[in-house]
Amino acid sequence: MALVQLTISALPAHVRTARLMATAVARRAGIAESALDEIRLAVGEACSRAVEAHRAHCPGQPIQLDLIDGAGPVSSRGGAPAPAPHNGQAAHRFEVVVSDRAPAQEPGIPLDHRGDGSGLFFDDHTPPDGVSGLSPDVGLAVIVGLADEVSIEPNEKGTVVRMSWPLGGADADGTDRLVG
Amino acid sequence: MDLKLDHHTQDDTEIVVVEGEIDVYTAPRLRELLIDLVNKGNFHLVVNMEKVEFLDSTGLGVLVGGLKRVRAHDGTLDLVCTQERILKIFRITGLTKVFGIYESVQEAIDNRKSK
Repeated sequence: MALVQLTISALPAHVRTARLMATAVARRAGIAESALDEIRLAVGEACSRAVEAHRAHCPGQPIQLDLIDGAGPVSSRGGAPAPAPHNGQAAHRFEVVVSDRAPAQEPGIPLDHRGDGSGLFFDDHTPPDGVSGLSPDVGLAVIVGLADEVSIEPNEKGTVVRMSWPLGGADADGTDRLVG
Repeated sequence: MDLKLDHHTQDDTEIVVVEGEIDVYTAPRLRELLIDLVNKGNFHLVVNMEKVEFLDSTGLGVLVGGLKRVRAHDGTLDLVCTQERILKIFRITGLTKVFGIYESVQEAIDNRKSK
């Protein structure tokens, strides 16, 4: 297992930095090209959510990203229940963990996202001058829709969002990771 | 890449051309432009997203906010987008049922006028 850690201030400009870093590490780990866009978007959503939460509650506190090449499945490490791997094997994965320190709020929508958009938009309570016309939970719904495995763990210290994707799309035997 | 915004009038429709990345950092600029256009009486908008390289839920929120504003004036906000990686987030969120999404600006304009 290889680890890259990134700590960012709670500034919107740094979300892009986090996206770029995650995509670069994922590519290096051997994630399939077709999944890189998903990782870029999911990591951006997780970091945007964390930045907004920090700006509201603890703007001086940093946000931490762990980019893990070769993690085991979330479900085997005590995380939230996750679907079985498609091939039935506990293959190694590329995992991104975004940890914030803002007071946790329970997600307002279930993680088995419906995908039809109902209830996600045109919130009557959103003021016309609000930045978003969407429910703030849409970002989490997008993460759930993109990541192969997801766990969202709110606790007294903040929220930990774990997202992972299977390795092996580009280098199924992992040999180039040994020599690179 | 940062966000580039431009707009022009075509067939009584205001065309907003967006280039670059729409995220939590840049989306407020698009929001300000859409608000400004509506405040100046432009109630039929087409957002051309053919040169958008990245769009997240913050950007979606800005587009939905713009749609709410023009609809308050019986207006329209349609999108031009053929990029699969951008369309994917509209599908995940179900917003393909909310926005008119077209392959060209002219198609978007023609479709509105035919209604």
